[in-house]
Amino acid sequence: MSDVADRVRKIVVEHLGVEEDKVTETASFIDDLGADSLDTVELVMAFEEEFGIEIPDDAAETIQTFGDAVKFINGAQ
Amino acid sequence: MRRVVVTGLGLVTPLADGVEKSWERILDCQSGAGKITGFDPSKVTTQYACEVPLGDGTDGTFNADKYMDPKEQRKVDTFIMFGMAAAQQAIEDAGWMPEDRESLERTGVLMGSGIGGLNSIANTAVMMAEKGPRRVSPFFVPGALINLISGQVSIKYGFRGPNHAVVTACSTGAHAIGDASRLIQHGDADVMVAGGAEAAICEIGIAGFNACKALSTKYNDDPAKASRPWDEDRDGFVMGEGSGMVVLEEYEHAKARGAKIYAEVLGYGLSGDAHHITAPPPDHEGAERAMRAACRNAGIEPTQIDYVNAHGTSTMADTIELGAVERLVGPEAAAKLTMSSTKSATGHLLGAAGAIEAIFSILAIRDQVAPPTINLDNPAVETKIDLCANAKRERKIDIALSNSFGFGGTNASVVFGKVT
Repeated sequence: MSDVADRVRKIVVEHLGVEEDKVTETASFIDDLGADSLDTVELVMAFEEEFGIEIPDDAAETIQTFGDAVKFINGAQ
Repeated sequence: MRRVVVTGLGLVTPLADGVEKSWERILDCQSGAGKITGFDPSKVTTQYACEVPLGDGTDGTFNADKYMDPKEQRKVDTFIMFGMAAAQQAIEDAGWMPEDRESLERTGVLMGSGIGGLNSIANTAVMMAEKGPRRVSPFFVPGALINLISGQVSIKYGFRGPNHAVVTACSTGAHAIGDASRLIQHGDADVMVAGGAEAAICEIGIAGFNACKALSTKYNDDPAKASRPWDEDRDGFVMGEGSGMVVLEEYEHAKARGAKIYAEVLGYGLSGDAHHITAPPPDHEGAERAMRAACRNAGIEPTQIDYVNAHGTSTMADTIELGAVERLVGPEAAAKLTMSSTKSATGHLLGAAGAIEAIFSILAIRDQVAPPTINLDNPAVETKIDLCANAKRERKIDIALSNSFGFGGTNASVVFGKVT
């Protein structure tokens, strides 16, 4: 669990250029972390690559926060 | 007709990042050429080019962090980054960063590139072949599109006027500046940021121009000698990269805000060869017509030109252009004319060439000095025109003409004048 969270946080920090402590459980990529719609597409692609999973488009749309991402990836693995 | 003046300059060249440093090194006869470092060139025929010197930003090196957030840098191809850097320099130089809505709506952008995001396209295609189409980044398309220099600059500064782009191969930079000046003359805008950017020194870029037989190939052991316009031993152009951007402004607008005025855009002329995809016709009458049109538009006689910044790419076409200029001015004025090719120092920046050379023409007027044609040791033809071989020439320069010619037979000439 914590391993997934750490890896997701690292990706978010790298892609969005935000401080690590801003990436909280409920932090929204768009509203809190400064992402636009293209950034979120790229984030989802980075999660797919990192964890070797496929995230379908309709599922990707439900991943709005850091917590959503960790939860989805844990469920997919 | 509304007059158009130049109030800001920005340069990223193989000599240096920055206008003054690039100009100083050009006047000092330095070359921007060297062995290619941006990729492993061992498989391509031409293993040298004029690359922008990367570094921490000191001593004329280019540090992208000065111009773009590192997070944003990876979303754009290098040509956009060079373009944004030169645009930032030009805008800061002009001191034109308005915040009121009307000024922003009266300020536009018109920037181009010859090829655009070639390296991004090549890399993405290779990546897609390996990993499949789902791995293509959402930033691939907006990071490679040519008009996204204009788009990015407009977004960064809030410029809401005309948002346009030019793609005419090696005439791009000259067309961008000429077209932007027309937009101001016709009242579509009061201020335009215009120019070109290019970053095509990548394996597919070199391979492609090698295949066209356009690049120099003989100088792998001595790259600084490779770009040698009008010289007996020239064998093709040396590819360069970077960007040139200018701020153009309606004359009364510039005067009213007390802006520093470098020069006036006096005239602009365009023509087509209708001849061949990559070569000019033997007499290049299209070039002559573009120059004549620019002079007519400027309201000057060709004999009044003091300095010509030649297209002069270090190919067989150099002497053809020389012939066209000789016909344009006639034998008497030829003896008083100075013409040089700064591509001898910068290499050929393709879509940015016309823009950086417009800036060198403007600086020639400002400093009353013609930049040298380096490596011109044995001229291939005799001419009465002073080709400024291997040393800068201090002289009166009130009127300068800059030429650019591109694949597809597209020609552009821009005439700049001293504002008195």
